[in-house]
Amino acid sequence: MNGLRELVSALAQKHGTRRESLLPILQGIQAHEHYLSDDAMVEVARALDLSTAQVYGTATFYSFLVTRPQGRHVIRLCRTITCVMHGKNQLLKELETLLKVRVGETTADGLFTLLETNCLGQCHQGPAILIDDEPYTRLTPERIRVIVAEYQQKAALESENSGLINS
Amino acid sequence: MPHTVNCQIDHLSVNIQPGATILEAARSIHIQIPTLCYHSDLCVAGNCRLCMVEQVGADRLLPACATPVTEGMEILTNSQKVRHARKVMLELLMSEHRSDCTHCYKNGRCELQNLASEYLVQDGRFIDLVPFKNYTIDDLSPSIIKDDAKCIRCQRCVRTCAEIQAVSALAVAHKGAEMKISTFFDLPMAEVVCTNCGQCVTHCPTGALVEKNYIDAVWQAMDDDARHVVVQTAPAVRIALGEALGLEPGQIVTGKMVAALRRLGFDSVLDTDFSADLTIIEEGHELLQRLREVIRDKNPQVKLPMTTSCSPGWIKFLEHLYPDLLPHLSTAKSPQQMFGALAKTYYARRIGMDAKNMVSVSVMPCTAKKFEAARPEMCASGFRDVDYVLTTRELAMMIRQAGIDFLSLPDDEFDSIMGQSSGAGVIFGATGGVMEAALRTVYEVVTGREVPFDGLNIVPVRGLEQVKEAALTISSPLPEWGFLDGVTLKTCVVHGLAGAREVMKKVADGSCDYHFIEIMACPGGCLGGGGQPMPVSDHVREMRARAIYRDDAGKAIRKSHENPDVVKLYEDFLKEPLGHLSHQLLHTHYVARKRY
Repeated sequence: MNGLRELVSALAQKHGTRRESLLPILQGIQAHEHYLSDDAMVEVARALDLSTAQVYGTATFYSFLVTRPQGRHVIRLCRTITCVMHGKNQLLKELETLLKVRVGETTADGLFTLLETNCLGQCHQGPAILIDDEPYTRLTPERIRVIVAEYQQKAALESENSGLINS
Repeated sequence: MPHTVNCQIDHLSVNIQPGATILEAARSIHIQIPTLCYHSDLCVAGNCRLCMVEQVGADRLLPACATPVTEGMEILTNSQKVRHARKVMLELLMSEHRSDCTHCYKNGRCELQNLASEYLVQDGRFIDLVPFKNYTIDDLSPSIIKDDAKCIRCQRCVRTCAEIQAVSALAVAHKGAEMKISTFFDLPMAEVVCTNCGQCVTHCPTGALVEKNYIDAVWQAMDDDARHVVVQTAPAVRIALGEALGLEPGQIVTGKMVAALRRLGFDSVLDTDFSADLTIIEEGHELLQRLREVIRDKNPQVKLPMTTSCSPGWIKFLEHLYPDLLPHLSTAKSPQQMFGALAKTYYARRIGMDAKNMVSVSVMPCTAKKFEAARPEMCASGFRDVDYVLTTRELAMMIRQAGIDFLSLPDDEFDSIMGQSSGAGVIFGATGGVMEAALRTVYEVVTGREVPFDGLNIVPVRGLEQVKEAALTISSPLPEWGFLDGVTLKTCVVHGLAGAREVMKKVADGSCDYHFIEIMACPGGCLGGGGQPMPVSDHVREMRARAIYRDDAGKAIRKSHENPDVVKLYEDFLKEPLGHLSHQLLHTHYVARKRY
């Protein structure tokens, strides 16, 4: 809780406390915490002299802001017609099998959340996905397996390293 | 720049000031354009699209509420294109609205229903989306019920809560098809900063926000012969009840209201105006005590300015938003709760009734009063002091249910013991009224002379201006109050919580030097309360205020301390203001609540 207050006050210092500062502050919290908790929104309301309902309203309006915990990496699969025609459904099936989750769910290890999104603007090179802020295009089931494996390896390496440091 | 703009609406010439909207121009020549999201109290939203009109020569329809008239504009409000658009808009709105009108609390008083009937809306053009939506009803608040299935998302409530009250307990959340009016995390209204003021209820055009009604419970109490049902009626009810029963705003119907209450079956028909007078005595003496302790004794523990405490919406607002400032609140209970505490003690004894067989009902212009009556500390009599709170609207409904022809009723009078009131009690219903009533008494207690205003009318504190100030210098006081000689008593009157917030910010940072502040949560004071008949506008509030001041001017007794029932109450029972019994029955304490 205390960490949150410091995070919010640092963000408020950076972006200001006017109403238009709300969005960058919420983005900053999400970058840090991966989601906007109720405690975080309370702190933002306090810092900006808004009501919590107003903060909640803004937070729920934007697809890229979330109010529930999600995985460390968010996979957004383009669901628009062009990507569907480029094989989006096969890609989805592969991802669901690979990650053992359905759309909207988070993997048991907390590494990935799988979501669908509206057009990513990559219609000329579909099917496309977005992992966090990184777009991947012209995907096939084979390529997606490699990409997911890369993220998993990186995560494993990181936890190993942090384990080494700890010991 | 021309001083006026000329345009034509439905081939009629209109001449209006620049900046006026098509809607205002049409209304100025008595052409009605249907609206839902528009409300004269609120900023323009332009989201319901019902007021679309045709501009000759233009392809697209224009929203009349959000489009200023321009020179030479030709507007059609009743062309085939407009009629078709209106009907489609209504049908679209209703495709997402649970149209169970026959079991809706707003049945017969719903703006959406009225328009649907006016435009002969039919079924079948659009799919009924209600079954696909996971709508919920929030009925956990003692004051307000929120039913999202009835909501057409016009956002009047959101604008009301933000603009009039500066609370924003309700805001718009989610988007597109999922967009809804929501509290923080969609928590129940009872768990958020909602003050229960009910302004959202009086501004809602549908049944999405309504008061929680206690009509059946009150009927049941009256049907039980073993129960003695006592009713009290607030000052602002008698000047607005008529509106819900076919009269124009601004009619005083006290006599008919008393007659109707008796006909309904209340055993004792008494007056909250009596306890309004009592509130003045207690609160006025508390003010004097605080002045003595601050000015003479220099006691740093005692806080000034003191603020009034009659408006339960205002109290909950302060408990949530400025808990540090709670010591500024007068500890005097509101007239409703003073009445409740006395009804089951003093009154029960006087009429020889066991308080446990008594049911205490109040009729209030207010939804927050329902919450106030349910506060756990409001049991000074050993029982719940006020069992049921009805709004003015609920009383009107009961009068209709009982088949009473209200307008033909002969005038009747309140019962004795707790039924007499002064003009000072009457004006409690208007913004500035408590201040005026308090000054009439306080000045006289201190100086032994009447307040130095023509005909006791303290005009500077009257009217619908959001923040009013008045100063009164005390000269040659009675010896006991010598320390007040030459002191200028600075007062402030605020209505609407948005204004209250500004004033309390000044109190918090010490940038004002008021002694006494009157704050009412609702615009216009209680006369514009969340339990009053609809529709409401500044014009309606103005008419109600005039009625209140007319009522005051016509009273034989104009000062609270001269109310004979109050005088007798002190002689026989309470003994003295701020005495032991007063503290037990008539004063209360407050709790800090979560801001978020």
